[in-house]
Amino acid sequence: MSATTPIAAIGRSVLGALALIGRIARFAADTLSHAVRPPFYWREFGHALVQIGWLSLPVVGLTALFTGGALALQIYAGGSRFNAEAVVPSIVAIGMVRELGPVLGGLMVAARVASSIAAEIGTMKVTEQIDALVTLSTHPMKYLTLPRVLAATLAVPILVGVGDAIGIMGGYMVGVTRLGFNPGTYLNNTVDFLEAWDVVSGLVKGAAFGFIVAVMGCFHGMHSGRGAQGVGRATKSAVVSASILILAANYLLTELFFSA
Amino acid sequence: MITLRDVHKAFGYNHVLRGVTLDVPKGESMVIIGGSGTGKSVALKCILGLVQPDSGSIEVDGRDVASGDRDAFLARFGMLFQGGALFDSLPVWQNVAFRLVRGSLKRPKAEAREIAIEKLRRVGLKPDQADLFPAELSGGMQKRVGLARAIAADPEIIFFDEPTTGLDPIMSGVINELIREIVVEMGATAMAITHDMTSVRAIADKVAMLHDGVIQWTGPVSQLDASGDPYLDQFIHGRAEGPIEAVR
Repeated sequence: MSATTPIAAIGRSVLGALALIGRIARFAADTLSHAVRPPFYWREFGHALVQIGWLSLPVVGLTALFTGGALALQIYAGGSRFNAEAVVPSIVAIGMVRELGPVLGGLMVAARVASSIAAEIGTMKVTEQIDALVTLSTHPMKYLTLPRVLAATLAVPILVGVGDAIGIMGGYMVGVTRLGFNPGTYLNNTVDFLEAWDVVSGLVKGAAFGFIVAVMGCFHGMHSGRGAQGVGRATKSAVVSASILILAANYLLTELFFSA
Repeated sequence: MITLRDVHKAFGYNHVLRGVTLDVPKGESMVIIGGSGTGKSVALKCILGLVQPDSGSIEVDGRDVASGDRDAFLARFGMLFQGGALFDSLPVWQNVAFRLVRGSLKRPKAEAREIAIEKLRRVGLKPDQADLFPAELSGGMQKRVGLARAIAADPEIIFFDEPTTGLDPIMSGVINELIREIVVEMGATAMAITHDMTSVRAIADKVAMLHDGVIQWTGPVSQLDASGDPYLDQFIHGRAEGPIEAVR
């Protein structure tokens, strides 16, 4: 083995990763370019809205409810070390709407939706349904990708908003029933310290995460390998890459929105 | 008329098509035969633009398939896929009428459903099967639905990819007869790829054998048994010994 072999391997990996990023960026740009060129498949868009938005509500709502409750307990336990228990309502609210609501909501949607999109489109690819679409004069990006990407970009911020409210309610329930907070004071503290930008920034993050989830699901589905193993690998790649990109995008957006 | 001239296509190191040259006259039924993995499906997909050839030219009625209005070009074709390639999420009638409820051939839903049911009847399916989903159908019925979808918009050219694969001999015979009847009735140009020699004799006017990435032999189906070509003889008689290397 030559001394340069490990360096060459690292170089190949870096080039491979850069090429993949380039392909994903082109795929996303290609998808968006179809938004301004007719036809637009409204029925597919409506179906995707229901699948991605409405049917994700239980999982996102439950995640937010338990997270809000646990957050209240943690902040109370931590705050009691320096007599700051009163900050529980405001920190729960700010923590939920700025970070935990969008990030956990995005990750739950990634697990549920990126996998299902990749598996569905991947199966369509290996069973020649995508080729059949083309022969029937229907562009797969217009018919399969664009409706899902637009639906996810629209639905995830709404899910995040609902999740924020449920998470704050989880914190309220724990605060009032377990930690002895006065209900009126808890709600007043929640509202008083929460700013509009806290909520809006979380919703913008939700839109970005929805876009990432759908693009990764569609990209990996469209590039699925053959057979059950190929579809399985595409599904796994979609969830893993969507989750990592959500966490990376969350850091970048937080830096953009809140760094001094 | 479909014309392929010196078409090459490689996937990585696998050089599948090595200069395919073939003419399919208008209104004729051409069947391409050849072993598995010899590039028969790739050749069909190159014509449809589903796969881009590396070099060579493909023309339909004198026009390069890569140029011009793609929708108008594809509207001239119907294709029956090997596994049916029916859309799982749509009921049978919407699969058949897919092209008739969207795009340039769009018409009212009720009319599209009427046409779909008529095409289903033509391939031997009952109207009450129109609202079933593809997963609820047997393999033979799925092939029939695929055939109904291929002819739904009355195409000038119809492609059949392994039309009898996975079917029992009787159902294969039924599908072969249907294909032959429909092609003659519509006056369409047909191109099929298959390994099934019964299918070849039932639906072909002309036969082309693809081997080693080139057309090894082409001629009328009536000359199939008297070609004198050792490759074709070995293939049509299913012999293990001969110029085509059989992996054991």
